[in-house]
Amino acid sequence: MLSDTERRELEDAVKHYPDKRGATIDALLTIQRRRGWISDDTLLEIAQFLEITVEDVDSVATFYNLIFRKPVGRHVAFVCDSISCWIKGCEQVQEQINTLYNADLGQTSPDGRLTVLPIACLGQCERAPALMIDQDVYGDVTPEKIEQIVEKYK
Amino acid sequence: MATIIVDNKSYTVDEQQNLLAACLGHGLNVPYFCWHPAMGSVGACRQCAVKQFKDDRDQSGRLVMSCMTPATNGTRISIDDPEAKAFRASVIEWLMVNHPHDCPVCDEGGECHLQDMTVMTGHVYRRYRYQKRTHRNQSLGPFIRHEMNRCIQCYRCVRYYRDYAGGRDLNVFGSHDALYFGREQDGTLENEFSGNLVEVCPTGVFTDKTFFHHYTRKWDLQAAQSICPHCSLGCNTTAGERSGTLRRITNRFNSQVNGYFLCDRGRFGYEYVNSPHRIKRAVVRQERQPSQSGATEGVPQPLEFAADCVRQARGIVGIGSSRASLEANVALQSLVGPQNFYQGIDQQKGQLLSTVLKVLQTGPVPSASIHDAEQSDAVFVLGADLLNEAPRLALALLQSIRQQPMEQVDELKIPRWDEAAVRNAVQNRRGPLFLAGYQRTWFHEYATDAYFAAPDDIARLGFAVAGSIDQGAPSVSDLSPEVKDLTQRIAEALTHAQRPLIIAGTESGSQATIEAAANVAWALHQQGKQPQLSFVLPECNSAGLALLGGRSLNDAFDAIRQGKADTVIVLENDLYRRADQANVDAFLEAAQTVVVIDSVENPTTAHADVLLPAATGPESDGTFVNQEGRAQRFYRVFVPDGDVKESWRWLSDLGRATSQEGGSASGVATWRNFDDAVSATAIVAPGLAHIGEVAPSASFRLVGQKAPRQSERYSGRTSLISHLTMHEPPPPVDHDSPLGFTMEGYRGPLPSPLISQFWAPGWNSIQAVNTYQDEVGGPLRDEMPGVRLIEPVATKAAGWFTTIPRAFQPTAHQWLLLPLSAVFGSDELSNQSPAIAQRIGKPFLSLHPSDGARLTLEDHSTIDLVLQGTTYCLVVHLDPSTPVGTAGLSLVPEVSGVRVPAWVDLLKAIQTEQTRRAA
Amino acid sequence: MERPLTQHIHPDGTTRTLREYVKTGGYRCLQRLSSGLAPKDLQRLVTDAGLRGRGGGGFLTGTKWSFVPMGADAPKPKYIVANGDEMEPGTFKDRVLMEGDPHGLVEGMILAGYAIDAEVGYIFLRGEYHLSAQRLTEAIAEAYAAGYLGKPLPGTGFRFDLHLHASAGRYICGEETALINALEGKRAVPRAKPPFPQTVGLWGKPTVVQNVETLYNVPHIVNQGSDWYHRLSRTQDGGTKIYGISGRVVNPGWWELPLGTTAREVLERYAGGMADGVRFRGLLPGGISTAFMTEEHLDLPLDFSSIPPEVGRLGTATMIVLDDHTCPVGFVLNLEKFFARESCGWCTPCREGLPWVVRILMSFEEGRATKDDLSLLEMHAKWLAPGHTFCGLAPGAMAPLQSALKYFHDDFEQHISTHGCPWSKKSSQQRILV
Repeated sequence: MLSDTERRELEDAVKHYPDKRGATIDALLTIQRRRGWISDDTLLEIAQFLEITVEDVDSVATFYNLIFRKPVGRHVAFVCDSISCWIKGCEQVQEQINTLYNADLGQTSPDGRLTVLPIACLGQCERAPALMIDQDVYGDVTPEKIEQIVEKYK
Repeated sequence: MATIIVDNKSYTVDEQQNLLAACLGHGLNVPYFCWHPAMGSVGACRQCAVKQFKDDRDQSGRLVMSCMTPATNGTRISIDDPEAKAFRASVIEWLMVNHPHDCPVCDEGGECHLQDMTVMTGHVYRRYRYQKRTHRNQSLGPFIRHEMNRCIQCYRCVRYYRDYAGGRDLNVFGSHDALYFGREQDGTLENEFSGNLVEVCPTGVFTDKTFFHHYTRKWDLQAAQSICPHCSLGCNTTAGERSGTLRRITNRFNSQVNGYFLCDRGRFGYEYVNSPHRIKRAVVRQERQPSQSGATEGVPQPLEFAADCVRQARGIVGIGSSRASLEANVALQSLVGPQNFYQGIDQQKGQLLSTVLKVLQTGPVPSASIHDAEQSDAVFVLGADLLNEAPRLALALLQSIRQQPMEQVDELKIPRWDEAAVRNAVQNRRGPLFLAGYQRTWFHEYATDAYFAAPDDIARLGFAVAGSIDQGAPSVSDLSPEVKDLTQRIAEALTHAQRPLIIAGTESGSQATIEAAANVAWALHQQGKQPQLSFVLPECNSAGLALLGGRSLNDAFDAIRQGKADTVIVLENDLYRRADQANVDAFLEAAQTVVVIDSVENPTTAHADVLLPAATGPESDGTFVNQEGRAQRFYRVFVPDGDVKESWRWLSDLGRATSQEGGSASGVATWRNFDDAVSATAIVAPGLAHIGEVAPSASFRLVGQKAPRQSERYSGRTSLISHLTMHEPPPPVDHDSPLGFTMEGYRGPLPSPLISQFWAPGWNSIQAVNTYQDEVGGPLRDEMPGVRLIEPVATKAAGWFTTIPRAFQPTAHQWLLLPLSAVFGSDELSNQSPAIAQRIGKPFLSLHPSDGARLTLEDHSTIDLVLQGTTYCLVVHLDPSTPVGTAGLSLVPEVSGVRVPAWVDLLKAIQTEQTRRAA
Repeated sequence: MERPLTQHIHPDGTTRTLREYVKTGGYRCLQRLSSGLAPKDLQRLVTDAGLRGRGGGGFLTGTKWSFVPMGADAPKPKYIVANGDEMEPGTFKDRVLMEGDPHGLVEGMILAGYAIDAEVGYIFLRGEYHLSAQRLTEAIAEAYAAGYLGKPLPGTGFRFDLHLHASAGRYICGEETALINALEGKRAVPRAKPPFPQTVGLWGKPTVVQNVETLYNVPHIVNQGSDWYHRLSRTQDGGTKIYGISGRVVNPGWWELPLGTTAREVLERYAGGMADGVRFRGLLPGGISTAFMTEEHLDLPLDFSSIPPEVGRLGTATMIVLDDHTCPVGFVLNLEKFFARESCGWCTPCREGLPWVVRILMSFEEGRATKDDLSLLEMHAKWLAPGHTFCGLAPGAMAPLQSALKYFHDDFEQHISTHGCPWSKKSSQQRILV
């Protein structure tokens, strides 16, 4: 069941398009912000709201990087692995996260705090390596700074 | 027309086409995957690359995709250019990166487009040495098997299923090299045209599950042209047999009828041929008990016994059938005499057929083929649930609604084959489609307006539309404001169209509906437009039977009841589906002798005194006339075993046996082969005069040779019955057609009915159809697509139909019970297929929610309903599209004895859990 | 030197408010439209200024606009879309502009919309740019409140509505036709051209998709004229450009400089040269879909016309530097992994070829490559070319590969002959990152 708030947010999103289908990505991102990920049930609710089929929604959802169709931890840490970050040592950053939180790329830490995912260029190339946790972007990240950054995210 | 230069040779092409289609039309082999003649080009697979040169001095040129390049005048390309060839081979190599090497165990092998294109491009060695991606397969229902590892990501399946056929539950998921084509969850594919996936898919991802259960390679099939018997549209099929089992049905291209596609009922409904309930032995029953196999001592030979009965009969009744061939019906008519021939349908249905015939024969408006329907740019459907009654026509209308928006596409100079661009330009716009009926289906989502009403109100709408189009036509008063508006909209849309089409059904039993449809068409004609008519009829040869004529079943019952006759011959007709049980019981009881000729056991065969096993469609030659009035020929694919023979042959033998004692043989008794049957049919009624032109006669030869039913690679001929005997049997001789039960024969170009399977060198898959067409997508070379028997001769309508029914009034105690056709469940023969049977829904009664409230019924609750003396257990469907005062009865096997339409006092007839407990 | 796009951007990373924006002349030219600056005049102005698309294509903006059907009979509504899906690795210039000066984009869009008579605009913003999203949302609200959006502009009937759409993460959305599909709520698969978006675009209507940086130039051109714009640059292409540099240089960053500045200037004068202990081997001039430029190319003016096609192209002008402590093969492997992962999956060569290239490059890194693998790489570089694939992603992927095979051929050979990577990164490099 969509909550009233969720429904309102979807109704706002739909206003921006002449066609309800245009709001598919907005809808997925909006609901995902609240629920963390898009389950099969959530998919159905979104499909019903947009008056399209679940296949339509999932065909779109599974195309994009940032829509999660599997459960994620309480926070998602995106490690940029594009060229500038790679040159400046993103692998060490990612290994340090693994060492500290026991989550390799694509995994969730056992305590459920963090899911670690690779991400393509965050546009922070002049401050590589870059890391994004939920909606917060960090540049000039070194292995030494990881703990301090991640600890803020319970 | 335009001239293009291909490898320095000039070719004349249609400049509206793309280069790929143009080249294929000239027999130039360009490989492709994602392009499809019915679905246009999208440019995804990159397989069709050719080298294009700016002019004759350009030495290097550049690679272009031929499917996405217009065949403009002066275009200069090379297919054989080394770079183009190398690139095309690379495309295959890329596809082979992930493709599993399971040809030996893949159903598609031997008719696989991927195999063909691999050979065509010359790719041989795969250099990729890393891991292949794999997928989990889904269970997609009884029709289709799913093997995703084989997918080459051509996107044809989703384009066909979603864009062409309107399906929703198949889609593409994922991205980059992790794509998945399937459903959201495992489950039966919902779309009624899902079966075409097995031909649309160029590899073995989607294959025919029913075929899988008794699989054989394409080259090992014995095949011939067949006509689908499961509705009145007459789609052409190819039936393939091996070792006495019918293995599968595939689509057979007919440019005027079904084109490239079939419906699922037609494709998967064939197992009645292999049914364990087939009647294999001719029997005489002594004590009217269920049939026993084999003749026992002291029992006379069935044919002689029957002949005796016929000779000694005090009046004979011959009941024909609208699912039997023309020739079989004519044979019966000849045997019993025209005055004793009955059409085997009740009076009301007979009357409807007569009206349809009269409208088409005496009116100025021609009937439309399915191909015409696709091209129509405004359609009005009255009282027919096309999706369930004539599915292939519904599929055609999904394409017709694309016609009107094409105006804008042309203005934007987008070529019509540029499929993605056309859809982007058109967005959600659709041409006019007006559906008037009494059950909502998903097809209604594509309608401009959907009107749900009782048959009389549907007819009134039709009459009103006619009156609105032409002032001379009778008009309707006292319409509600909404219906008045609707009338205006429909009239306007039809008047502004170039090719308006009016479709009416006969299922509801409403004479007025047919007359209203005629008025609409005639009104348009009166206004100088070019309308067409299409009537959906009950069965595959209803039109043939109508042209033949004959009396009604009611008259047959009377004849026996009044003692005017005592012997009955029933031809391929389960009377319990035609009349209520009490009457049929009485009829069969009262008759002294009942001779039944039929193929599968049914309640009528159980009452036969003499049971003669009839061959099914694929086991006989015959002619059906479809709802368009098109006569089409089907050929025997294989010789059946046991006593099974074609019905016309039984009747001819019976005729001969009957006339042996004295008197010279006449009529059917003189028939020696199928040609005789056809000649006799052609003279028996004026409407049937052109039957002989439908297909080549039995004496037709090319270079003195027959046309083979088997491929050159047909194997195992000498060992097929080696478990019985080591002696190789001679192949059966076919005196009835120009086909042979053999590999030997003429391999050159043939008239289309004689093509056993589509094949060409290098084209082992169904894509080989391209090589038979001069223009891909167009008629086959030497196509004999059947003969239209009914063409209008009048230049104007003789007069309007003027009987306008009163508005339907729901009454306090009576509901009008209406038939709801079910694509799976309403057709007698296809119901015998296990795969189809799995799809048949539970019988239900649909009611408007307000009626449901009146009757205190809950949605999805179960009730017992007493109808015409029998109690039926039904599920309640509360459906706002069911008109108030009516109730819909789904026509599935459990309720096949019910005569509908009928008035029922539901208050009395329904027993719920509560009333039962209360009682 | 004038830096019209960035001179007012706060160095501390905070954003410019509406008041600040107006104070330095923002939204001023919207008053001028009624007094003789008709849409076609605006188009001509932009054409004369020689403004070229800053998304990497370098197409003349005025020409792009001229293909839009105009007049009373033109289909409506028309759309102007800002391509803010900046996901090209190494590229961060649009982020700088949107975070620092969001109103510049709003005004640029209003003007571009006016020029093509498009009353609806969308900013297609990559979903990861959360800060830009926040600031743009605020700026749009401010602009509505101030009457620049949603109300007819003074003296004209032109009323512009602007929407922000955040994407869900796919590089291919940066391709204008794929972007249109994404905006329509579909999978972001590109469309074949023709028809061009100007004819059949968003929801079938005429649409122009323009890179964010390009749009930022428009208000300045309107305010100061095309001659002024030409004078900003050093070469025939007008205006300034945001140049960036990342990699092992002393000061990675961005600078707004005259178009035609050379790579050497950016590298040595602004970025402070190579970092301690490393030497220059090559650079990709603008995002990773460009060919390597080496020492010999460092003095070429970096603009849209001065780089010979056999050398490469400008792209986004945000450079990525390859130093001599970084394995060129590993470098290219990282690029190709990105491309393979971001392929939309529509056409065969890209979908199947790129992952193959990745696996071959991994073989190099793992020391399992052979000479045949070099030919396979070269085969892909040759076949994944414009026109052979459905869109430009795969040809873009081949640009750095092909040039790396040319300039760093010895490095590839060394991987083969020594059965390993001389720069040997840890095995984590070899994982395929999905």
